[in-house]
Amino acid sequence: MNVITDKLRVEDNKWIGQRTIRPDGADKVTGRASYAADNTMPGMIWGKVLRSPHAHARIRSIDTSKAEALPGVKAVVTAKDIVDFPLETSVLLGIQDMRWMCRNVMAREKALFHGHPVAAVAAINEEVAVAACALIEVDYEVLPHVIEIEDAIRDDAPILHDFARFEGKPSNIAGTMTAKLGDVEAGFAEADVIVERTFRTRPIHQGYIEPQACTVSYSADGRATIWSSSQGQFMVRAMTSLLTGVPQSNIRAIPAEIGGGFGAKTIIYLEPVALLLSKKSGRPVKMVMTREEVMRATGPTSGSFSTVKIGAKRDGTLVAAKGDFYIQAGCLPGGPLRGPVGCAFAPYDIPHVLSVGYDVVSNRSKVAAYRAPGAPLGAYAAESVIDEIAEQLGMDPLELRLKNTARSGTKAAYGATFAKVTFEETIEAIRDHEHYKAPLDRNPRPGVRRGRGVASGFWYNAGGESSAQVNITEDGNVVVTTGHPDVGGSRASIANVTAELLGVDHGRVSVLIGDTASIGYSNLTGGSRVTFASAMVVTQSAEKVIGQLKERAAKIWKIDPEAVHWENGEARPAGPNAGQFPPLTLADLAARASETGGPIGAGVQLNTAGAEPGFATHVVDVEVDVDLGIVRVLRYTAAQDVGRALHPSYVEGQIQGGVVQGIGWALSEEYLYDRQGRLENAGFLDYRMPVCSDVPMIEAVMLEIPNPKHPQGVRGVGEAPIVPPLAAISNAVHDALGTRFYSLPMSPPKVLARLDEA
Amino acid sequence: MAKTHVSTSINGEPVEFLADPGSSLLDALRNTLGLTGTKEGCGTGDCGACSVTVDGRLVCSCLVLAVEAEGAEIATIEGMAQGEALHPLQRKFLEMAALQCGICTPGVLISARALLEKNPDPTETEVRFGLAGNLCRCTGYDKIVRAVMEAAAEMRETV
Repeated sequence: MNVITDKLRVEDNKWIGQRTIRPDGADKVTGRASYAADNTMPGMIWGKVLRSPHAHARIRSIDTSKAEALPGVKAVVTAKDIVDFPLETSVLLGIQDMRWMCRNVMAREKALFHGHPVAAVAAINEEVAVAACALIEVDYEVLPHVIEIEDAIRDDAPILHDFARFEGKPSNIAGTMTAKLGDVEAGFAEADVIVERTFRTRPIHQGYIEPQACTVSYSADGRATIWSSSQGQFMVRAMTSLLTGVPQSNIRAIPAEIGGGFGAKTIIYLEPVALLLSKKSGRPVKMVMTREEVMRATGPTSGSFSTVKIGAKRDGTLVAAKGDFYIQAGCLPGGPLRGPVGCAFAPYDIPHVLSVGYDVVSNRSKVAAYRAPGAPLGAYAAESVIDEIAEQLGMDPLELRLKNTARSGTKAAYGATFAKVTFEETIEAIRDHEHYKAPLDRNPRPGVRRGRGVASGFWYNAGGESSAQVNITEDGNVVVTTGHPDVGGSRASIANVTAELLGVDHGRVSVLIGDTASIGYSNLTGGSRVTFASAMVVTQSAEKVIGQLKERAAKIWKIDPEAVHWENGEARPAGPNAGQFPPLTLADLAARASETGGPIGAGVQLNTAGAEPGFATHVVDVEVDVDLGIVRVLRYTAAQDVGRALHPSYVEGQIQGGVVQGIGWALSEEYLYDRQGRLENAGFLDYRMPVCSDVPMIEAVMLEIPNPKHPQGVRGVGEAPIVPPLAAISNAVHDALGTRFYSLPMSPPKVLARLDEA
Repeated sequence: MAKTHVSTSINGEPVEFLADPGSSLLDALRNTLGLTGTKEGCGTGDCGACSVTVDGRLVCSCLVLAVEAEGAEIATIEGMAQGEALHPLQRKFLEMAALQCGICTPGVLISARALLEKNPDPTETEVRFGLAGNLCRCTGYDKIVRAVMEAAAEMRETV
C-alpha cells in the first residue's frame, strides 16, 4: 500500500517511484556478483586467527616460534604488530574509539572474551594455517569472568578494566548518558496513574549471511589494496591505516558486494590483520571467518536491563517518563546508549523526562551496531509500559498515543526541537487500516489463543558526508559513481533519480560504487542515511551536468545559456525569442563535447543535512500454542513515513526485513552462555533466526510525506522498522494470554513456564 | 593426504578436478573450480546459501564431499540462465525485488527451482516450507515468496 500526499509532484515523475530493475540485479541472480570471499589473487595465501579459549585471562606471554617453524607458514602476527592506542588518550574515528578497536582486533593486555583474537597466521593453505595456530603457545593467567549485566554491576563483580570508574570506584559501568527535560519527580507528582516495570533482553546477532572476509595485497612499494565487504570502504581504509600505521594515501579499499551488514560491518576485524600478514609474508593474504567465528567474535548488539516508569493523567495525558537503561557494551566500552536514551520517549510530547543509559562491560564480544542501534531496547520497555497505561486507563492504545504525539516544535529530551513530525500520521494509518479494524477470533480452536498488539518507534536518521560523480559518456549515456556500499538497493534508487533529473531512459544510467581512490570521501552506509545523502549529492551533481549541457547547446546555437532549457533529455531554446533550433539530445551534445569545451561531468562532495527523523507504528496479530509455548505471527502491518519512495519495492523491502528481524528478536533469538563464559549457540542451527515458514507476509504501508529539506523529499527508512516489533509482539502476546512478559525472547520454554505458573 | 581425481558434470559440461578426500563439494566449486556463485554462509548446512543439486536432488554443497561428485550431474546457479535468457525465477526475482544484498539469492533460486520441479503449483505455505532451509536476513521473505509464486504461475502457463 502506498499513500501519497504530493500527487502533483508524483504525476510529474517518470522514473522516481517506479519499480525499475536494479542495476546490480542481473549479476546477483546469476551468481556473478563478487562478494568479499569471492576474490582471489595470484600467489595468494590464507590467514587464520587464533582465539582465546578463556572468557577472561591476562596474557603473560605468546610464543610463536613453533608456528613460525611449521613448513608452509609465511607470517605470524600478534598484538605487538598492531598500532597501540594507549588507554590514557581517546582517538576517535567517527563514533569508534581506537583504544577499543585496537584491542578488539587483537587482544593486548588481556583476553576479554572466549573467542578474542590473540594471534594470526598466514600459510600456504587454510589447513596449515589452522595447524600453525595450534602451535602458538599462549601463557594465560585465567581470571574470574562475568557475563550478565546484573552480575557485572554488582559490587563484588570481577572488574574488566582498571581504568573504568563509576561514582569514583572501579566498575564495569564504563560510561553513562543522560537526556533530561523538565523535572521528572514533579511530573510524577501530577500523575494519576504510574506504571513502572523492569525489562530484560538478550544480545542478538545481526545475522548477515555473508561472513566477514577480505583479501589484502601489500606490495613492495608500501602500497596496499584491500578487497572486502563493509558498510564503508573509507572506514576500512581509515581504520586499517590507524591500526597498521600505513598512511591512508597508500591504502586502496575496494568495496566488494556486501552480503548483509545491518550495522555490524561499520567496524572491521580482519583487514588490518591481513594487511600485516601480507606485509610480513610478501604475499596477498585472504581471510574468511567461519560462521562460528562470526557468532562468537563479531557483534552482536547489546542485551539490556531496563526500568521504565511512566505517569499519566486520568484523561491519558502523559506527564512524566523515566528510564534507566543498562546496556551491554561487550568487553570494551561503547554500547549504543544513544538508542534507548534518546529514542525511547522521543515520539511523545512529555514535559518531564529523565532517561539515563549505563554502558556495562562484561566478558562478551564487543557489540557492533545493529539497525537503529539500541533504539529497539528502549522502545520495547517504553511501548510496553504505554500499553499497560492504556489498559489501566481503559483507552485504546492508539488513541493514547495519538493524544500524546510529538508535534512540530516539540522539544525532545535528547535535545532536538522537531521541525516536521509525522508520527501522528503513522498512528492514524494503523488505526484506520483494515487490519486494526478486523475482528480477531481469540480462541479459534482448543489450545490456541490469539491477540493483537501495537507499538510505535522512532529513529533519528542521519545525513553526513557523501560524494558523487556524474559523467556523460562519449556516446551520450550516464555513469554515476557514489562512495556508499549498497546494502539493500540504493543503486536502484540512484538510477531512478538520475534518469528523472537528466530526462533519459533508466536503461541509459549505470550506477557504480567507487573505491577509495576513485570517489571522494563518503561516510558509512548506516543510520538510514545513504539514500537520503546520496540522492542529495547525485541531484546536485546532475544539476551541474545539466548546467554544462545547456552551456554546450548555447555555444552551438551561439545564444545565451540562460536561453536554453533542458527537458526530457534534450536542450531546447527557452522560447521563440531564444531562436529556432532543433533540439540537441544528450547524445548530440556528448558527440560534440570535445569541440564545445571538453568532457561533460560533475561531482559534488557535501556534508549533507536535513535528515528528518523516522516514525513508525505497527500492528501485529499473534497466535500462542498453549501446549507447545510457540508464538506465531499471523498478520503484521507496518506504517512508516518514508518521505518519498524513490524505488518503492526497496523501501517496502527495508520495512519488511526490519520487521522480520524484530520478530526474531522478540520470539527466538538470543545469545546463550555456559558457566565458563563460552557462547553455546554459535551457529544458525541453535541461534534461531526466522526462516521463511516462521513468518507471514508483512504489509508495508508507506506514507509519502515529503521531507521539505531534501530535493526529492526523502526520509531515511531502514532503521525505524525494527524499533516497534519487540513491544508490538509482546503487547500482542499479553492480549492473547492476559499475562505480560518482561523479558525477550518469548521463546517456547519461557512461554510454557509462564503458562504453568498461571 | 593424496588428492583424489574426480570426473563429474557441472551444468551439463564435463569437469575434472583433484580434491582432498575431506574437502566439501562447496570448497571444490568455489576454490578449485572458481564457481563462486554458490555461497558459503555457515558451512554446517543451516543456511542454504550453498544449495546446488546433485543428480536433481537439492543439497547443501557444504555437507557433500567433493569426491561424491564423481559421476554425478551437478547444477549450480551459474547454469540457471540459458545464455542471455534468465530463468523465470531469476527474472521474477529482479522484477519483484526479491533480493536486497543478494548473498542468499543463488541458494534460494536453486531451492525454488527444485521446489517447482516437484510441485509446479505450490501454495504460499508450501513455498514457505519449501524455502525454510534458506536463510535470508534482508527481505523478511515476503517478496521472495511472491516472486516464486509468480514464477510458478508463469511457468505453468508456458508448459
